Amino acid sequence: MKESSVAQVDYGAMAFPESEKARKEKRIAPGIRAHRRFFQSFMFWFFRLSAAVNGIALLIIVYFLVARGWRAINWTFLTQPPLEAMTKGGILPCIVGTLCLSIGALLVALPIGVASAIYLHEYAHPGRLLRLIRLGINNLAGVPSVIFGLFGLAFFVVWLDFGVSILSGALTLGAMTLPVIIGASEEALRSVPDTYREASLGLGATKWQTIYRVVLPAALPGILTGAILGLSRAAGETAPIMFTAAVFYSPSLPSSLFDEIMALPYHIYVLATAGTEIEATRHLQYGTALVLIVLVLGLNLVAIFYRARLRRRM
Amino acid sequence: MDKALKMTIRDLNFYYGDSRALHDISLDFRTHEVTALIGPSGCGKSTLLRCLNRMNDLIPHSRVEGQISLDGQDICDPSVDVVALRRDIGMVFQKPNPFPKSIFENVAYGLRVNGMKNKAFVAERVEKSLQEAALWEEVKDRLYESALGLSGGQQQRLCIARAMAVEPEVLLMDEPASALDPIATQKIEELIHKLKKTYTIIIVTHNMQQAARVSDVTAFFYLGKLIEVDKTETIFTRPSLKQTSDYITGRFG
Repeated sequence: MKESSVAQVDYGAMAFPESEKARKEKRIAPGIRAHRRFFQSFMFWFFRLSAAVNGIALLIIVYFLVARGWRAINWTFLTQPPLEAMTKGGILPCIVGTLCLSIGALLVALPIGVASAIYLHEYAHPGRLLRLIRLGINNLAGVPSVIFGLFGLAFFVVWLDFGVSILSGALTLGAMTLPVIIGASEEALRSVPDTYREASLGLGATKWQTIYRVVLPAALPGILTGAILGLSRAAGETAPIMFTAAVFYSPSLPSSLFDEIMALPYHIYVLATAGTEIEATRHLQYGTALVLIVLVLGLNLVAIFYRARLRRRM
Repeated sequence: MDKALKMTIRDLNFYYGDSRALHDISLDFRTHEVTALIGPSGCGKSTLLRCLNRMNDLIPHSRVEGQISLDGQDICDPSVDVVALRRDIGMVFQKPNPFPKSIFENVAYGLRVNGMKNKAFVAERVEKSLQEAALWEEVKDRLYESALGLSGGQQQRLCIARAMAVEPEVLLMDEPASALDPIATQKIEELIHKLKKTYTIIIVTHNMQQAARVSDVTAFFYLGKLIEVDKTETIFTRPSLKQTSDYITGRFG
């Protein structure tokens, strides 16, 4: 009997269907393998595109803002108050107002949020009370921002009689940012390995010393991430500040916590809907939006920079 | 003459929830002696070690019954200040766990949390501890760099230095060399030999050769019970119980 001219490679007892075909070919050749390779490539490209959509969406937004708003940006715009029913002049008071509100919100939310996270993660005993608290926090995260605005109006502006002011606005925004800070801080605390806590306690430290000296410093980068997220949210929200802090026009820059202020998101809203010359001020609206985005980006970068420095140190 | 009793355990029972992890343990530890706790995985030796400095208090739903004394004083008594106790009984863990701080700050940590503010004293004590841990020469030029940049063996010696900085009386070591390479292990063992003169050391190890090399007294555990305890030489050459000799010769475990 004539020997087969193709060398037979014995694959032993393998039962995979492809190996049956492989017996006939020494080299792995197109066929089933190619089909699998194609499918894998296809899926990876799908994932890559999905990820790219994020960047693309941001680029599109920025492009629109820049294309339609760049004409409004000049030194006057950034450093002067508005004139002639918002059609001329600048948006300085809005910039100042938004900065005050965002930083104010962070000053409120960060200490309370981090303290809550520490309590929840390090001290609280698992049980009904803990579950209730977590339920409360999660629900707080889901409350629509306009309801926060109404809450702020009823509680801070009217009941506590702070009036429409930076204080009321910062407190309202702070309450809104709280769940974000708590979530990120708890995540950061959870990521600190228990071995650090054990080592610290083993040396004769108290629980609080352990938290203050080891756990918190190690969790700081994660907490800052939460602060960044919270800050971005606070700076851009319109509904919570509409009733509690922002006004359409303020003749001077704020001088105390109880002053009312102008703010960038609110300014955009007013110019685009209720202003007297909506079309004429269109470029101003986009310009304001551009300034808002740049401001938020700037605040983010500061926090990211600080966080990177912390990470590099340890 | 037998050395003085440093720590004693009488009729100790330990429960994780409802399951009993330690059964009626009674054991003595003498001053300036190295006692090794050996036994197969899960036999309770680490649990016992952690009872000695009340680290098991951190585990929810755990319960201790029985008596553990340090220098005659019961440490399981609720009125005992656990924080102060852990100053007198130091612990080194299985996996090196230096804090994400500088080398200096790591060793100084114990002193700082216990209220020592005198900078000169702290610096002196840090140097002394690092020298005792045979680490000083290697790190003296980079004291303020991150401790995480050290090798595994160096990190473990750093943890030992850290534990020694507060000058405890007893040193508990939970498999201190199991995560290290043989050369680092040898250094740790030499260190234990040196430290014996100043401290009372209790070491848990699953490495029997290490127990034979390093300890004066060896206690063999199995399934939460103390099977046999005797001088190391006796345990490894003429054990009284068959179970012990089976474990030592590798027939099980």
